[in-house]
Amino acid sequence: MGKRSIVPYGPQHPVLPEPIHLDLVLEDEKVLAAIPSIGFIHRGLESLTSKKDFNEMVYVAERICGICSYMHGMGYCMALEDIMNVEVPRRAEFLRTIWCEMSRLHSHLLWLGLLADGFGFESLFMHSWRLRERILDMFEASTGGRVIFSVNTIGGVLKDMPNDMLKDFVRQLDEMEKEIRDTTSIFLNDYTVKSRLVDVGILTGEDAIRRGAVGPMMRASGINVDMRKNGYAAYNEIDFEVITSNKCDSYARCEVRIGEIFQSIDIIRQAVAKIPDTEINTKVTGMPNGESIIRVEQPRGEAFYHVRANGTKFLDRFRVRTPTFANIPALTQTLQGCQYGDVPLLVLTIDPCISCTER
Amino acid sequence: MGQFLPFTKQVLKNLFSAPATTQYPFVAREYPERTRGHVDIDKDNCILCGMCMRSCPPGAINVDRAGKTWTINRFDCVQCGYCVEKCPKKCLSITPGYQEPGPEKVNYSVDVPYEPPKPAAKPAAPAGAAAPAQAAKPAEAPAPQA
Ligand code: SF4
Ligand code: SF4
Repeated sequence: MGKRSIVPYGPQHPVLPEPIHLDLVLEDEKVLAAIPSIGFIHRGLESLTSKKDFNEMVYVAERICGICSYMHGMGYCMALEDIMNVEVPRRAEFLRTIWCEMSRLHSHLLWLGLLADGFGFESLFMHSWRLRERILDMFEASTGGRVIFSVNTIGGVLKDMPNDMLKDFVRQLDEMEKEIRDTTSIFLNDYTVKSRLVDVGILTGEDAIRRGAVGPMMRASGINVDMRKNGYAAYNEIDFEVITSNKCDSYARCEVRIGEIFQSIDIIRQAVAKIPDTEINTKVTGMPNGESIIRVEQPRGEAFYHVRANGTKFLDRFRVRTPTFANIPALTQTLQGCQYGDVPLLVLTIDPCISCTER
Repeated sequence: MGQFLPFTKQVLKNLFSAPATTQYPFVAREYPERTRGHVDIDKDNCILCGMCMRSCPPGAINVDRAGKTWTINRFDCVQCGYCVEKCPKKCLSITPGYQEPGPEKVNYSVDVPYEPPKPAAKPAAPAGAAAPAQAAKPAEAPAPQA
Protein backbone atom coordinates (compact mmCIF):
# COMPACT_ATOMS: atom_id res chain seq x y z
CA MET A 1 0.00 0.00 0.00
CA GLY A 2 1.29 3.45 -0.89
CA LYS A 3 1.53 6.36 1.43
CA ARG A 4 -1.78 8.03 2.25
CA SER A 5 -2.15 11.75 2.61
CA ILE A 6 -4.89 14.33 2.53
CA VAL A 7 -4.47 17.28 0.22
CA PRO A 8 -6.75 20.29 0.59
CA TYR A 9 -7.89 21.53 -2.82
CA GLY A 10 -9.38 25.02 -2.89
CA PRO A 11 -11.20 27.18 -1.94
CA GLN A 12 -8.61 29.32 -3.71
CA HIS A 13 -7.28 27.45 -6.69
CA PRO A 14 -5.80 28.79 -9.92
CA VAL A 15 -7.89 26.64 -12.22
CA LEU A 16 -11.19 27.61 -10.70
CA PRO A 17 -11.80 31.18 -9.66
CA GLU A 18 -14.75 30.14 -7.57
CA PRO A 19 -14.47 28.83 -4.03
CA ILE A 20 -15.16 25.15 -3.57
CA HIS A 21 -13.13 23.10 -1.17
CA LEU A 22 -12.28 19.44 -1.63
CA ASP A 23 -10.37 17.27 0.76
CA LEU A 24 -8.58 14.77 -1.46
CA VAL A 25 -7.52 11.52 0.13
CA LEU A 26 -4.52 10.38 -1.88
CA GLU A 27 -2.59 7.18 -2.05
CA ASP A 28 0.59 8.22 -3.80
CA GLU A 29 -0.78 9.99 -6.88
CA LYS A 30 -4.14 8.27 -6.89
CA VAL A 31 -7.24 9.90 -5.44
CA LEU A 32 -9.11 7.51 -3.17
CA ALA A 33 -11.87 9.83 -2.11
CA ALA A 34 -12.89 13.46 -2.33
CA ILE A 35 -14.86 15.18 0.40
CA PRO A 36 -16.43 18.42 -0.80
CA SER A 37 -17.41 21.34 1.36
CA ILE A 38 -19.26 24.40 0.19
CA GLY A 39 -20.66 27.50 1.83
CA PHE A 40 -17.91 30.05 1.29
CA ILE A 41 -20.07 32.51 -0.58
CA HIS A 42 -23.55 31.91 0.73
CA ARG A 43 -25.67 34.96 -0.05
CA GLY A 44 -28.94 34.26 1.72
CA LEU A 45 -31.30 34.35 -1.24
CA GLU A 46 -34.24 33.00 0.74
CA SER A 47 -34.17 35.63 3.41
CA LEU A 48 -34.11 38.32 0.72
CA THR A 49 -37.68 37.34 -0.15
CA SER A 50 -38.75 39.00 3.09
CA LYS A 51 -37.19 42.29 2.01
CA LYS A 52 -37.79 42.51 -1.73
CA ASP A 53 -41.27 42.19 -3.13
CA PHE A 54 -42.09 39.54 -5.69
CA ASN A 55 -41.55 41.88 -8.64
CA GLU A 56 -38.15 43.02 -7.45
CA MET A 57 -37.19 39.39 -6.90
CA VAL A 58 -37.10 38.91 -10.68
CA TYR A 59 -33.97 41.04 -10.70
CA VAL A 60 -32.56 39.27 -7.68
CA ALA A 61 -33.25 35.84 -9.19
CA GLU A 62 -31.35 36.58 -12.37
CA ARG A 63 -28.35 37.56 -10.31
CA ILE A 64 -28.05 34.08 -8.84
CA CYS A 65 -25.58 33.29 -11.59
CA GLY A 66 -23.64 35.31 -14.11
CA ILE A 67 -23.79 32.67 -16.83
CA CYS A 68 -27.27 31.20 -16.60
CA SER A 69 -28.71 34.53 -15.48
CA TYR A 70 -31.34 34.53 -18.19
CA MET A 71 -32.79 31.20 -17.19
CA HIS A 72 -32.78 31.95 -13.49
CA GLY A 73 -34.89 35.01 -14.15
CA MET A 74 -37.11 33.07 -16.50
CA GLY A 75 -37.55 30.12 -14.12
CA TYR A 76 -38.63 32.46 -11.36
CA CYS A 77 -41.05 34.30 -13.65
CA MET A 78 -42.47 31.00 -14.88
CA ALA A 79 -43.14 29.92 -11.28
CA LEU A 80 -44.93 33.19 -10.52
CA GLU A 81 -46.88 32.98 -13.78
CA ASP A 82 -47.96 29.51 -12.78
CA ILE A 83 -49.11 30.71 -9.35
CA MET A 84 -50.95 33.73 -10.74
CA ASN A 85 -52.45 31.84 -13.70
CA VAL A 86 -50.99 34.18 -16.28
CA GLU A 87 -51.01 33.15 -19.90
CA VAL A 88 -47.77 34.33 -21.49
CA PRO A 89 -48.16 35.54 -25.10
CA ARG A 90 -46.68 33.19 -27.68
CA ARG A 91 -44.16 35.66 -29.02
CA ALA A 92 -42.75 36.09 -25.54
CA GLU A 93 -42.42 32.32 -25.22
CA PHE A 94 -40.48 32.19 -28.49
CA LEU A 95 -38.27 35.09 -27.49
CA ARG A 96 -37.54 33.32 -24.23
CA THR A 97 -36.63 30.18 -26.15
CA ILE A 98 -34.24 32.12 -28.37
CA TRP A 99 -32.56 33.85 -25.44
CA CYS A 100 -32.35 30.53 -23.57
CA GLU A 101 -30.54 28.94 -26.46
CA MET A 102 -28.24 31.91 -26.85
CA SER A 103 -27.42 31.47 -23.16
CA ARG A 104 -26.66 27.82 -23.77
CA LEU A 105 -24.42 28.73 -26.68
CA HIS A 106 -22.37 31.22 -24.74
CA SER A 107 -22.23 29.02 -21.66
CA HIS A 108 -20.96 26.02 -23.58
CA LEU A 109 -18.40 28.10 -25.46
CA LEU A 110 -17.25 29.50 -22.14
CA TRP A 111 -16.98 25.99 -20.76
CA LEU A 112 -14.97 24.80 -23.76
CA GLY A 113 -12.58 27.67 -23.17
CA LEU A 114 -12.23 26.85 -19.49
CA LEU A 115 -11.68 23.20 -20.32
CA ALA A 116 -8.92 24.11 -22.77
CA ASP A 117 -7.43 26.35 -20.11
CA GLY A 118 -7.72 23.49 -17.62
CA PHE A 119 -5.54 21.21 -19.68
CA GLY A 120 -3.21 23.99 -20.68
CA PHE A 121 -4.19 24.66 -24.29
CA GLU A 122 -4.20 28.44 -24.07
CA SER A 123 -4.81 29.31 -27.71
CA LEU A 124 -7.84 27.06 -27.86
CA PHE A 125 -9.15 28.83 -24.79
CA MET A 126 -8.75 32.20 -26.52
CA HIS A 127 -10.52 30.96 -29.63
CA SER A 128 -13.50 29.61 -27.72
CA TRP A 129 -13.89 32.89 -25.92
CA ARG A 130 -13.47 34.90 -29.09
CA LEU A 131 -16.44 33.05 -30.53
CA ARG A 132 -18.42 33.54 -27.35
CA GLU A 133 -17.86 37.27 -27.57
CA ARG A 134 -20.10 37.53 -30.61
CA ILE A 135 -22.96 35.90 -28.74
CA LEU A 136 -22.49 38.43 -25.95
CA ASP A 137 -22.64 41.21 -28.54
CA MET A 138 -25.95 39.80 -29.75
CA PHE A 139 -27.20 39.80 -26.19
CA GLU A 140 -26.16 43.38 -25.76
CA ALA A 141 -27.87 44.42 -28.97
CA SER A 142 -31.11 42.67 -28.04
CA THR A 143 -31.37 43.10 -24.28
CA GLY A 144 -28.97 45.89 -23.42
CA GLY A 145 -26.83 43.73 -21.15
CA ARG A 146 -23.98 41.34 -21.75
CA VAL A 147 -24.27 39.32 -18.59
CA ILE A 148 -27.42 40.36 -16.77
CA PHE A 149 -30.26 40.83 -19.19
CA SER A 150 -33.21 42.13 -17.17
CA VAL A 151 -35.70 41.38 -19.93
CA ASN A 152 -37.92 38.95 -18.09
CA THR A 153 -40.96 40.07 -16.24
CA ILE A 154 -43.86 38.22 -14.73
CA GLY A 155 -46.20 37.83 -17.69
CA GLY A 156 -43.71 37.88 -20.54
CA VAL A 157 -40.65 39.78 -21.63
CA LEU A 158 -39.89 43.50 -21.59
CA LYS A 159 -38.11 43.92 -24.89
CA ASP A 160 -39.03 42.65 -28.29
CA MET A 161 -36.55 41.58 -30.90
CA PRO A 162 -37.77 42.99 -34.22
CA ASN A 163 -37.90 40.47 -37.03
CA ASP A 164 -34.97 41.98 -38.91
CA MET A 165 -32.84 41.77 -35.78
CA LEU A 166 -33.75 38.08 -35.53
CA LYS A 167 -32.85 37.54 -39.18
CA ASP A 168 -29.54 39.26 -38.61
CA PHE A 169 -28.82 37.03 -35.62
CA VAL A 170 -29.52 33.93 -37.67
CA ARG A 171 -27.19 35.20 -40.38
CA GLN A 172 -24.46 35.81 -37.81
CA LEU A 173 -24.99 32.38 -36.32
CA ASP A 174 -24.71 30.83 -39.77
CA GLU A 175 -21.36 32.53 -40.16
CA MET A 176 -20.23 31.46 -36.73
CA GLU A 177 -21.34 27.90 -37.16
CA LYS A 178 -18.50 27.18 -39.53
CA GLU A 179 -15.94 28.75 -37.26
CA ILE A 180 -17.34 26.90 -34.26
CA ARG A 181 -17.14 23.68 -36.22
CA ASP A 182 -13.47 24.32 -36.93
CA THR A 183 -12.66 25.08 -33.32
CA THR A 184 -14.71 22.27 -31.82
CA SER A 185 -13.20 19.75 -34.22
CA ILE A 186 -9.92 20.42 -32.43
CA PHE A 187 -11.52 19.41 -29.14
CA LEU A 188 -12.88 16.26 -30.69
CA ASN A 189 -9.94 15.21 -32.85
CA ASP A 190 -6.72 16.66 -31.54
CA TYR A 191 -4.32 14.13 -30.13
CA THR A 192 -3.28 16.19 -27.10
CA VAL A 193 -6.84 17.03 -26.15
CA LYS A 194 -7.92 13.42 -26.45
CA SER A 195 -5.05 12.24 -24.31
CA ARG A 196 -6.42 14.35 -21.47
CA LEU A 197 -10.08 13.48 -21.87
CA VAL A 198 -10.57 9.95 -23.11
CA ASP A 199 -11.25 7.42 -20.34
CA VAL A 200 -10.74 10.04 -17.65
CA GLY A 201 -13.41 10.35 -14.98
CA ILE A 202 -15.77 7.54 -15.82
CA LEU A 203 -19.33 7.98 -14.61
CA THR A 204 -21.51 5.05 -15.63
CA GLY A 205 -25.18 5.53 -16.37
CA GLU A 206 -26.10 3.61 -13.23
CA ASP A 207 -23.90 5.80 -11.08
CA ALA A 208 -25.20 8.92 -12.75
CA ILE A 209 -28.75 7.96 -11.78
CA ARG A 210 -27.76 6.83 -8.30
CA ARG A 211 -25.91 10.07 -7.67
CA GLY A 212 -28.66 12.18 -9.19
CA ALA A 213 -26.55 13.87 -11.85
CA VAL A 214 -28.21 16.35 -14.20
CA GLY A 215 -27.70 17.90 -17.60
CA PRO A 216 -24.74 17.13 -19.86
CA MET A 217 -23.17 15.11 -17.03
CA MET A 218 -26.14 12.74 -17.11
CA ARG A 219 -26.46 12.73 -20.89
CA ALA A 220 -22.78 11.91 -21.32
CA SER A 221 -23.48 8.74 -19.35
CA GLY A 222 -26.02 7.69 -21.92
CA ILE A 223 -29.15 8.73 -20.00
CA ASN A 224 -31.69 10.58 -22.07
CA VAL A 225 -32.96 13.37 -19.84
CA ASP A 226 -33.61 16.93 -20.87
CA MET A 227 -36.14 19.24 -19.24
CA ARG A 228 -36.67 21.05 -22.52
CA LYS A 229 -38.60 17.98 -23.63
CA ASN A 230 -41.25 18.96 -21.04
CA GLY A 231 -42.15 21.70 -23.47
CA TYR A 232 -41.88 24.87 -21.42
CA ALA A 233 -41.58 28.20 -23.25
CA ALA A 234 -41.85 27.33 -26.96
CA TYR A 235 -39.93 24.06 -26.87
CA ASN A 236 -43.08 22.06 -27.57
CA GLU A 237 -43.10 23.51 -31.09
CA ILE A 238 -39.43 22.90 -31.73
CA ASP A 239 -38.11 19.72 -33.20
CA PHE A 240 -34.95 18.47 -31.53
CA GLU A 241 -33.35 15.26 -30.33
CA VAL A 242 -31.71 14.96 -26.93
CA ILE A 243 -27.97 14.54 -27.42
CA THR A 244 -26.46 11.68 -25.46
CA SER A 245 -23.20 9.78 -25.53
CA ASN A 246 -22.38 6.32 -24.26
CA LYS A 247 -18.71 6.87 -23.60
CA CYS A 248 -19.28 8.01 -19.98
CA ASP A 249 -15.91 9.82 -19.73
CA SER A 250 -14.74 13.43 -19.90
CA TYR A 251 -14.53 13.21 -23.67
CA ALA A 252 -18.22 12.28 -23.75
CA ARG A 253 -19.11 15.37 -21.71
CA CYS A 254 -17.17 17.49 -24.15
CA GLU A 255 -18.86 15.76 -27.07
CA VAL A 256 -22.37 16.26 -25.64
CA ARG A 257 -21.80 19.95 -25.03
CA ILE A 258 -20.36 20.46 -28.49
CA GLY A 259 -23.38 18.67 -29.94
CA GLU A 260 -25.63 20.99 -27.97
CA ILE A 261 -23.91 24.05 -29.38
CA PHE A 262 -24.99 23.09 -32.89
CA GLN A 263 -28.37 22.01 -31.62
CA SER A 264 -28.90 25.43 -30.03
CA ILE A 265 -28.10 27.14 -33.30
CA ASP A 266 -30.63 24.91 -34.99
CA ILE A 267 -33.28 25.62 -32.33
CA ILE A 268 -32.76 29.36 -32.75
CA ARG A 269 -33.24 28.96 -36.51
CA GLN A 270 -36.44 27.02 -36.01
CA ALA A 271 -37.74 29.49 -33.45
CA VAL A 272 -37.02 32.47 -35.69
CA ALA A 273 -38.83 30.76 -38.55
CA LYS A 274 -41.90 30.05 -36.42
CA ILE A 275 -42.13 33.13 -34.21
CA PRO A 276 -45.66 34.61 -34.26
CA ASP A 277 -46.52 38.30 -34.12
CA THR A 278 -48.31 38.81 -30.84
CA GLU A 279 -47.95 40.94 -27.77
CA ILE A 280 -44.83 40.35 -25.72
CA ASN A 281 -46.29 40.63 -22.24
CA THR A 282 -49.58 40.61 -20.41
CA LYS A 283 -50.47 42.88 -17.58
CA VAL A 284 -50.39 41.10 -14.25
CA THR A 285 -52.39 42.43 -11.36
CA GLY A 286 -52.97 41.28 -7.83
CA MET A 287 -50.80 39.40 -5.41
CA PRO A 288 -49.62 35.82 -5.84
CA ASN A 289 -51.14 33.19 -3.62
CA GLY A 290 -50.17 29.56 -3.99
CA GLU A 291 -47.27 27.31 -4.68
CA SER A 292 -45.42 26.21 -7.76
CA ILE A 293 -42.55 24.03 -8.85
CA ILE A 294 -40.76 24.71 -12.13
CA ARG A 295 -37.93 22.83 -13.76
CA VAL A 296 -35.91 24.26 -16.61
CA GLU A 297 -32.91 22.93 -18.49
CA GLN A 298 -30.00 25.25 -18.00
CA PRO A 299 -26.73 24.84 -19.89
CA ARG A 300 -25.39 22.99 -16.87
CA GLY A 301 -28.46 20.86 -16.32
CA GLU A 302 -31.79 20.89 -14.65
CA ALA A 303 -32.58 23.76 -12.31
CA PHE A 304 -35.46 23.53 -9.92
CA TYR A 305 -37.49 26.42 -8.52
CA HIS A 306 -39.94 26.19 -5.70
CA VAL A 307 -41.94 29.31 -4.92
CA ARG A 308 -44.63 29.64 -2.29
CA ALA A 309 -46.59 32.84 -2.01
CA ASN A 310 -49.05 33.86 0.67
CA GLY A 311 -51.15 36.59 -0.92
CA THR A 312 -48.91 39.46 0.17
CA LYS A 313 -46.19 41.09 -1.87
CA PHE A 314 -43.48 39.15 -0.03
CA LEU A 315 -43.00 35.48 -0.85
CA ASP A 316 -43.02 32.77 1.78
CA ARG A 317 -40.40 30.61 0.18
CA PHE A 318 -38.14 30.74 -2.83
CA ARG A 319 -35.90 27.76 -3.16
CA VAL A 320 -33.60 27.11 -6.09
CA ARG A 321 -31.73 23.86 -6.66
CA THR A 322 -29.05 24.63 -9.21
CA PRO A 323 -27.44 22.07 -11.52
CA THR A 324 -23.97 22.31 -10.00
CA PHE A 325 -25.36 21.42 -6.60
CA ALA A 326 -26.91 18.29 -8.09
CA ASN A 327 -23.69 17.38 -9.87
CA ILE A 328 -21.38 17.52 -6.85
CA PRO A 329 -22.15 13.92 -5.76
CA ALA A 330 -21.41 12.79 -9.32
CA LEU A 331 -18.16 14.76 -9.20
CA THR A 332 -17.00 12.94 -6.08
CA GLN A 333 -17.73 9.69 -7.89
CA THR A 334 -15.65 10.60 -10.93
CA LEU A 335 -12.79 11.71 -8.67
CA GLN A 336 -12.54 8.30 -7.01
CA GLY A 337 -9.59 6.49 -8.50
CA CYS A 338 -8.42 9.31 -10.76
CA GLN A 339 -4.91 10.68 -10.93
CA TYR A 340 -4.15 13.73 -8.82
CA GLY A 341 -3.23 15.73 -11.92
CA ASP A 342 -6.68 15.14 -13.41
CA VAL A 343 -8.56 16.66 -10.48
CA PRO A 344 -8.80 20.22 -11.89
CA LEU A 345 -9.99 18.85 -15.20
CA LEU A 346 -12.61 16.65 -13.60
CA VAL A 347 -13.90 19.50 -11.47
CA LEU A 348 -14.24 21.44 -14.71
CA THR A 349 -16.13 18.71 -16.52
CA ILE A 350 -19.23 19.20 -14.36
CA ASP A 351 -19.15 22.84 -15.53
CA PRO A 352 -19.14 24.07 -11.96
CA CYS A 353 -20.78 27.29 -10.93
CA ILE A 354 -20.19 27.58 -7.24
CA SER A 355 -21.92 30.92 -6.88
CA CYS A 356 -25.08 29.30 -8.22
CA THR A 357 -24.70 26.44 -5.82
CA GLU A 358 -24.61 28.63 -2.76
CA ARG A 359 -27.30 31.16 -3.67
CA MET B 1 0.11 13.06 -38.32
CA GLY B 2 -3.55 13.64 -39.21
CA GLN B 3 -4.44 14.09 -35.59
CA PHE B 4 -2.15 17.14 -35.34
CA LEU B 5 -3.65 18.75 -38.41
CA PRO B 6 -6.84 20.20 -36.99
CA PHE B 7 -4.96 22.90 -35.18
CA THR B 8 -2.35 23.57 -37.84
CA LYS B 9 -4.98 25.24 -40.01
CA GLN B 10 -5.99 27.52 -37.17
CA VAL B 11 -2.39 28.37 -36.38
CA LEU B 12 -1.72 29.44 -39.96
CA LYS B 13 -4.89 31.51 -39.98
CA ASN B 14 -3.85 33.27 -36.78
CA LEU B 15 -0.48 34.15 -38.20
CA PHE B 16 -1.98 36.12 -41.05
CA SER B 17 -5.09 37.66 -39.52
CA ALA B 18 -5.63 40.88 -37.61
CA PRO B 19 -6.18 40.75 -33.85
CA ALA B 20 -9.72 39.94 -32.78
CA THR B 21 -9.66 42.56 -30.05
CA THR B 22 -10.33 46.27 -30.40
CA GLN B 23 -7.35 48.56 -29.87
CA TYR B 24 -8.86 50.39 -26.92
CA PRO B 25 -8.36 53.30 -26.01
CA PHE B 26 -7.31 54.30 -29.55
CA VAL B 27 -10.46 52.82 -30.99
CA ALA B 28 -13.55 53.45 -28.91
CA ARG B 29 -16.19 50.81 -28.68
CA GLU B 30 -19.59 51.63 -30.06
CA TYR B 31 -22.45 50.56 -27.89
CA PRO B 32 -25.71 49.28 -29.31
CA GLU B 33 -28.58 51.67 -28.63
CA ARG B 34 -30.21 49.28 -26.15
CA THR B 35 -27.17 49.12 -23.89
CA ARG B 36 -28.17 49.70 -20.32
CA GLY B 37 -25.44 52.08 -19.24
CA HIS B 38 -26.91 54.55 -16.81
CA VAL B 39 -30.24 56.03 -15.75
CA ASP B 40 -31.13 59.47 -17.09
CA ILE B 41 -33.90 61.73 -15.92
CA ASP B 42 -35.93 64.25 -17.84
CA LYS B 43 -36.33 66.56 -14.90
CA ASP B 44 -39.03 68.75 -16.42
CA ASN B 45 -41.50 65.90 -16.41
CA CYS B 46 -40.76 64.45 -13.01
CA ILE B 47 -43.55 64.94 -10.48
CA LEU B 48 -41.52 63.78 -7.49
CA CYS B 49 -43.98 60.95 -6.84
CA GLY B 50 -41.26 58.69 -5.45
CA MET B 51 -42.37 55.62 -7.36
CA CYS B 52 -38.83 55.06 -8.63
CA MET B 53 -37.41 55.32 -5.13
CA ARG B 54 -39.84 52.73 -3.78
CA SER B 55 -39.36 50.26 -6.61
CA CYS B 56 -35.58 50.33 -6.99
CA PRO B 57 -34.33 46.91 -5.78
CA PRO B 58 -30.98 48.09 -4.38
CA GLY B 59 -32.42 51.41 -3.15
CA ALA B 60 -30.21 53.62 -5.29
CA ILE B 61 -32.67 56.48 -5.83
CA ASN B 62 -33.72 59.08 -3.34
CA VAL B 63 -36.57 61.48 -4.05
CA ASP B 64 -36.84 64.43 -1.74
CA ARG B 65 -40.24 66.09 -2.10
CA ALA B 66 -39.52 68.90 0.31
CA GLY B 67 -36.12 69.74 -1.11
CA LYS B 68 -37.37 69.03 -4.69
CA THR B 69 -34.40 66.92 -5.66
CA TRP B 70 -34.02 63.59 -7.37
CA THR B 71 -30.80 61.82 -6.42
CA ILE B 72 -29.23 58.63 -7.65
CA ASN B 73 -26.24 56.81 -6.30
CA ARG B 74 -24.85 55.43 -9.53
CA PHE B 75 -22.55 53.06 -7.70
CA ASP B 76 -25.55 51.32 -6.14
CA CYS B 77 -27.63 51.21 -9.31
CA VAL B 78 -27.53 47.82 -10.99
CA GLN B 79 -29.07 49.02 -14.29
CA CYS B 80 -32.07 46.74 -13.95
CA GLY B 81 -34.48 49.23 -15.48
CA TYR B 82 -37.28 48.63 -13.00
CA CYS B 83 -37.52 52.35 -12.11
CA VAL B 84 -37.90 53.18 -15.80
CA GLU B 85 -40.74 50.74 -16.08
CA LYS B 86 -42.47 52.02 -12.93
CA CYS B 87 -42.19 55.77 -13.47
CA PRO B 88 -45.75 57.02 -14.13
CA LYS B 89 -44.54 60.02 -16.17
CA LYS B 90 -42.01 58.00 -18.21
CA CYS B 91 -39.37 60.58 -17.48
CA LEU B 92 -36.64 58.07 -16.69
CA SER B 93 -34.65 56.25 -19.33
CA ILE B 94 -31.61 54.01 -19.51
CA THR B 95 -29.03 55.13 -22.01
CA PRO B 96 -25.63 53.81 -23.13
CA GLY B 97 -22.49 55.05 -21.43
CA TYR B 98 -21.29 53.55 -18.21
CA GLN B 99 -20.67 55.31 -14.95
CA GLU B 100 -17.13 56.58 -14.96
CA PRO B 101 -14.87 55.32 -12.23
CA GLY B 102 -13.89 57.80 -9.57
CA PRO B 103 -12.03 58.09 -6.29
CA GLU B 104 -15.19 58.53 -4.26
CA LYS B 105 -18.82 57.57 -4.54
CA VAL B 106 -20.59 60.76 -5.45
CA ASN B 107 -24.32 60.99 -5.79
CA TYR B 108 -25.78 62.54 -8.89
CA SER B 109 -28.53 64.93 -7.99
CA VAL B 110 -30.89 67.13 -10.00
CA ASP B 111 -33.22 69.88 -8.87
CA VAL B 112 -36.68 69.18 -10.16
CA PRO B 113 -38.65 72.29 -11.17
CA TYR B 114 -42.01 70.63 -10.44
CA GLU B 115 -44.55 72.78 -8.54
CA PRO B 116 -46.82 70.64 -6.40
CA PRO B 117 -50.51 71.61 -6.71
CA LYS B 118 -51.86 73.80 -3.92
CA PRO B 119 -53.50 71.81 -1.14
CA ALA B 120 -56.79 73.52 -2.03
CA ALA B 121 -56.79 71.85 -5.46
CA LYS B 122 -57.96 68.50 -4.18
CA PRO B 123 -56.09 65.50 -5.57
CA ALA B 124 -58.78 64.46 -7.96
CA ALA B 125 -58.69 61.78 -10.63
CA PRO B 126 -55.74 59.39 -10.36
CA ALA B 127 -54.29 60.49 -13.65
CA GLY B 128 -51.50 58.61 -15.31
CA ALA B 129 -51.08 56.13 -12.48
CA ALA B 130 -50.28 53.16 -14.65
CA ALA B 131 -48.85 50.98 -11.95
CA PRO B 132 -50.96 49.58 -9.14
CA ALA B 133 -50.33 51.46 -5.93
CA GLN B 134 -47.71 49.60 -3.99
CA ALA B 135 -48.33 51.04 -0.59
CA ALA B 136 -51.17 53.16 0.74
CA LYS B 137 -50.13 56.77 0.28
CA PRO B 138 -53.32 58.76 0.26
CA ALA B 139 -51.83 62.22 0.71
CA GLU B 140 -49.58 61.96 -2.30
CA ALA B 141 -51.75 60.92 -5.17
CA PRO B 142 -50.17 61.76 -8.53
CA ALA B 143 -50.95 65.26 -9.60
CA PRO B 144 -53.45 65.94 -12.39
CA GLN B 145 -51.76 65.96 -15.74
CA ALA B 146 -50.55 69.31 -16.92
S1 SF4 C 1 -41.08 57.81 -10.67
FE1 SF4 C 1 -40.65 59.29 -12.29
S2 SF4 C 1 -41.99 61.01 -11.81
FE2 SF4 C 1 -41.88 59.76 -9.96
S3 SF4 C 1 -40.22 60.66 -8.80
FE3 SF4 C 1 -39.33 59.01 -10.00
S4 SF4 C 1 -38.62 60.02 -11.85
FE4 SF4 C 1 -40.02 61.44 -10.88
S1 SF4 D 1 -32.04 50.88 -12.98
FE1 SF4 D 1 -32.64 49.53 -11.30
S2 SF4 D 1 -31.03 49.76 -9.80
FE2 SF4 D 1 -30.82 51.48 -11.21
S3 SF4 D 1 -31.97 53.11 -10.27
FE3 SF4 D 1 -33.38 52.07 -11.65
S4 SF4 D 1 -34.40 50.54 -10.37
FE4 SF4 D 1 -32.60 51.24 -9.24
